[in-house]
Amino acid sequence: MQQQLKKQIIPTLLTLAVSAIIATPTWAAKAPGAEEMWQLILEQRETIKRQNEKIDRLSDQYKQLDSKTKETAEAIAATADAVEQAATGSGEDWYNRSSFGSYGELHYNNLEANNSAGSDKDEIDLHRFVLFLSHEFNEDMRFFSELEVEHSIAGEGKSGEVELEQMYIDFDINGQITARSGIFMLPIGILNETHEPNTFYGVERNPIESNIIPSTWWEGGAGIHGEFAPGLGYDLYIHSGLETNSGSKYAPRKGRQKVGKANAKDLAGTARIKWTAIPGLELAGSVQYQSNITQSTDNTAGKAMLYTAHTVFQNGPFGLRALYALWDLNGGGPESLGANEQNGFYIEPSWKINHQLGLFARYNQWDNQAGNSSDSEKEQMDIGINYWPHEDIVIKADYIKQRFNDKKGQKGFNLGFGYRF
Amino acid sequence: MKVWFTLGLLLLSSTPHAKGIYQTPEAFLQESFQGEPPAPRVIWLNRAIKKSMADILSHPYRGLRLRYWGKDQCTVWILNEIGKERPITIGVVVQAGKLKQVSILAFRESRGSEVRHPAFTDQFQGARLNNDHHLDRPIDGISGATLSVRAVEKIARIALFLHQQPPFTDAPTQQ
Repeated sequence: MQQQLKKQIIPTLLTLAVSAIIATPTWAAKAPGAEEMWQLILEQRETIKRQNEKIDRLSDQYKQLDSKTKETAEAIAATADAVEQAATGSGEDWYNRSSFGSYGELHYNNLEANNSAGSDKDEIDLHRFVLFLSHEFNEDMRFFSELEVEHSIAGEGKSGEVELEQMYIDFDINGQITARSGIFMLPIGILNETHEPNTFYGVERNPIESNIIPSTWWEGGAGIHGEFAPGLGYDLYIHSGLETNSGSKYAPRKGRQKVGKANAKDLAGTARIKWTAIPGLELAGSVQYQSNITQSTDNTAGKAMLYTAHTVFQNGPFGLRALYALWDLNGGGPESLGANEQNGFYIEPSWKINHQLGLFARYNQWDNQAGNSSDSEKEQMDIGINYWPHEDIVIKADYIKQRFNDKKGQKGFNLGFGYRF
Repeated sequence: MKVWFTLGLLLLSSTPHAKGIYQTPEAFLQESFQGEPPAPRVIWLNRAIKKSMADILSHPYRGLRLRYWGKDQCTVWILNEIGKERPITIGVVVQAGKLKQVSILAFRESRGSEVRHPAFTDQFQGARLNNDHHLDRPIDGISGATLSVRAVEKIARIALFLHQQPPFTDAPTQQ
């Protein structure tokens, strides 16, 4: 705009100057007298005055145009701000500080028993549908929640459940420590906290983080988390405990109370140290103390300890996950069933062929009655493929083969799809 | 008692700013330009640019324009992207088509704040954009921070892509 005005003003001034010179009888044949010179001076002074007035008017017009241009630019920017704020939800209203999301997965299992002692499994199951809602009260206080429907339909006699898996508030006490209170996922293992279907291989979760670490595992309580140093994180919580019993052979998975009028006679505590200082590598270990794993309902059982360690390694397309978990249950009750020791491990190498396709293999071994000499060990081999048509959508296929000493193992394939947003 | 005392000392002496705002945009700009930054400029996002941005982000970008700071062959972008639930504010410096610096200015997610550490962000230095709008090198992720890692990588790609738009590509940026 400024350039255009300059282009207009300069020719105008030149034209005026030339006109003034031409209009003046400077080049008369004979030299003018003093009177004529005086008249010429007066005329030229008048011309210059008119030219100056014209320049002033143009200058004013330029200033007005410049001002209007700025006003227009500001108006456009303000309009764009308003439109963007409405479109992107970037304002300070409460709903702009809240977020909503979901994930879910559908499974198809086609498994046949290894022999007549077992049973086939031909099943299609909407494994889970989860809605999550979070809200930021201010820079220091945040709310998170997850509500889940498992197996599609819940109610009396139905196979599914409606569960509140998370509902907690994080308070930043200072720059180093964040306190957490509510219902939250325990910081144990690899999948318990991060289990959106597009983030792991295999249609079904690995059996170690199901039978030894009873994922998805949440409890009600409070604690703190943060970092000791860059890449060295910690978690420390006091929370509700398990309530296992002899009828289920003290299996941890059967002991989850899910914070529904949970027996809180005997609380538990969990601590984790996690090291992620080198990109692509995570090393973590956790310890849990259960003051009484039956909530004092079984006087032949008592306290229990859970120890876990895992690593997650990613180098370019190659990945490796490995986890080990061990339960140590006190008391004659668990010991009589061999449940005083329960352990398991898995190792899972993977190869991501490109951004959309990945292959994996996994070897799993676990034993929920490892405390006696009976051969109760179980094994499972998995191989499979993940295909991500979009980074938040995954289609999975795998083949599994189990070897159970009670001869109830299965083999066959699973198909699944999952999403998150 | 001694154990609790030691633990308390460790907690209080641990890394500052485990979560929240690590650096203001003003401080990041001052650092990027080693002094007073140039006046901000605006790039309006036409249909073609928004299409490419949507491909990179895997979701549409709903803004109309983006503010940036430019001087010579250097452009600086301060952008937000959600990992799982809350926006992460990321500062990116592009120098002559290559990433010079990626910094996490604010982190608001419940998990994954490890992406702010230099051990992770330094991997981006020197990276360029391929023809398919991916980085020319793999970025090693952080377990449990998959979505945050993905958000940072996307913003780095967006900054490189926008830097390629005229007039930034070849000529020094004029103020």
